[in-house]
Amino acid sequence: MNKVTILEDWCKGCGLCVRACPKAVLAISTTHLNKKGYYPAEVANPEACIACAACARTCPDTAIEIEK
Amino acid sequence: MTVVFKKTPVLRDVPLHYCPGCGHGIVHRMVSEVIEELGIQDKCAGVAPVGCAVFAYNYFDVDMYEAAHGRAPAVATGFKRVHPDHYIFTYQGDGDLASIGTAEIVHAAHRGEKITTIFINNAIYGMTGGQMAPTTLVGQKTTTSPLGRDKDHCGEPIRMAEMLATISGSAFIARCALNSTPNLIKTKAAIKKAFETQIARKGFSMVEILSPCPTNWGKSPAEAMDWIADAMIPYYPLGTFKEV
Repeated sequence: MNKVTILEDWCKGCGLCVRACPKAVLAISTTHLNKKGYYPAEVANPEACIACAACARTCPDTAIEIEK
Repeated sequence: MTVVFKKTPVLRDVPLHYCPGCGHGIVHRMVSEVIEELGIQDKCAGVAPVGCAVFAYNYFDVDMYEAAHGRAPAVATGFKRVHPDHYIFTYQGDGDLASIGTAEIVHAAHRGEKITTIFINNAIYGMTGGQMAPTTLVGQKTTTSPLGRDKDHCGEPIRMAEMLATISGSAFIARCALNSTPNLIKTKAAIKKAFETQIARKGFSMVEILSPCPTNWGKSPAEAMDWIADAMIPYYPLGTFKEV
C-alpha cells in the first residue's frame, strides 16, 4: 500500500496539499493543534493514495514524505 | 517500500519561517532538488536578496552570500569571475529585482554573465507589509494603492522576462507559475534548464516564477493559487522567451 506521511510539526496547515490531491486522501485537522499552533494536514483516507506526490510537490514546508 | 518523495539534503533540516501557503518554500525545495540532481552542491553558491527570502542563507546547504538590496547580480558576477568553474545563483523577489535592483539585473544580463537568477514575482512587496510593487497588477489593492493600482498614475506592471529576453547576453529566459501540479513540474524543469545553461557557459539565465503571497493579497492559500491563474497569468504569460 502507498504511504503518505505528514511531518506534523513542520506543517502550517495551509491546505495546498488538500487542494492538490486528486484522490481526497488528505484533510486539515479540525480538532488537533501542532507544536506551532496550526491545525495540520492529516491522512484522512490512506487507502486512496496513488503515490503521485502532487501533495509533496506543492507543500511549501517540505512536510510530506511518500513511499510505495 | 521505495521512497517516492523525501526532502532533499541540499535543503537544511530546519523549518522555514515563511507564512502558510507562501511560494518561497516551494521554490527553495525545487532549487535544492535541481542542485542535488545536477551533482553540483560542492561547487555551487547562492546569493540571498533583501525581502522575505533574506534568510534563504539559513535554508540552502551551499555557500551563501547576502547582498545589499537589489545587488545580488553584482555579487554573483564577482563570484563567477573569481571562480569560473563554480556555479552561482541569485534568488530575488520582485521588489529586489524589478525595483531597486533593475540596473544590476539588466546589466548582468547585458554582459552575458554566466549566472542563474531565480526571480519570484508575487506582484507585491511582501516583507515590508504589502505595498505596491512595479509588478503589482492594474486594479490590484495594496496598502499603498487602497483603491487599486491606477494605470494613469503608476503605469502598467513591468514584464521582466520579456524585457531581459530582448538582451543579447541572455541565454535562457522563462516564466513559470506555482498554481497547479503541471505548472510545478514545468517550473522545476525550467530551473534545471537555467542551471544547465550556466554549466554550458552559454550566458545569463533567469526563471521568473509567479508565486502566491496569501498574507498580503488577503486571500487563503488556495484562493491565492487560483488568483495566479485568474489574474496574473493573463498579464504575465507563461513560457520560454529565449533559449540559445
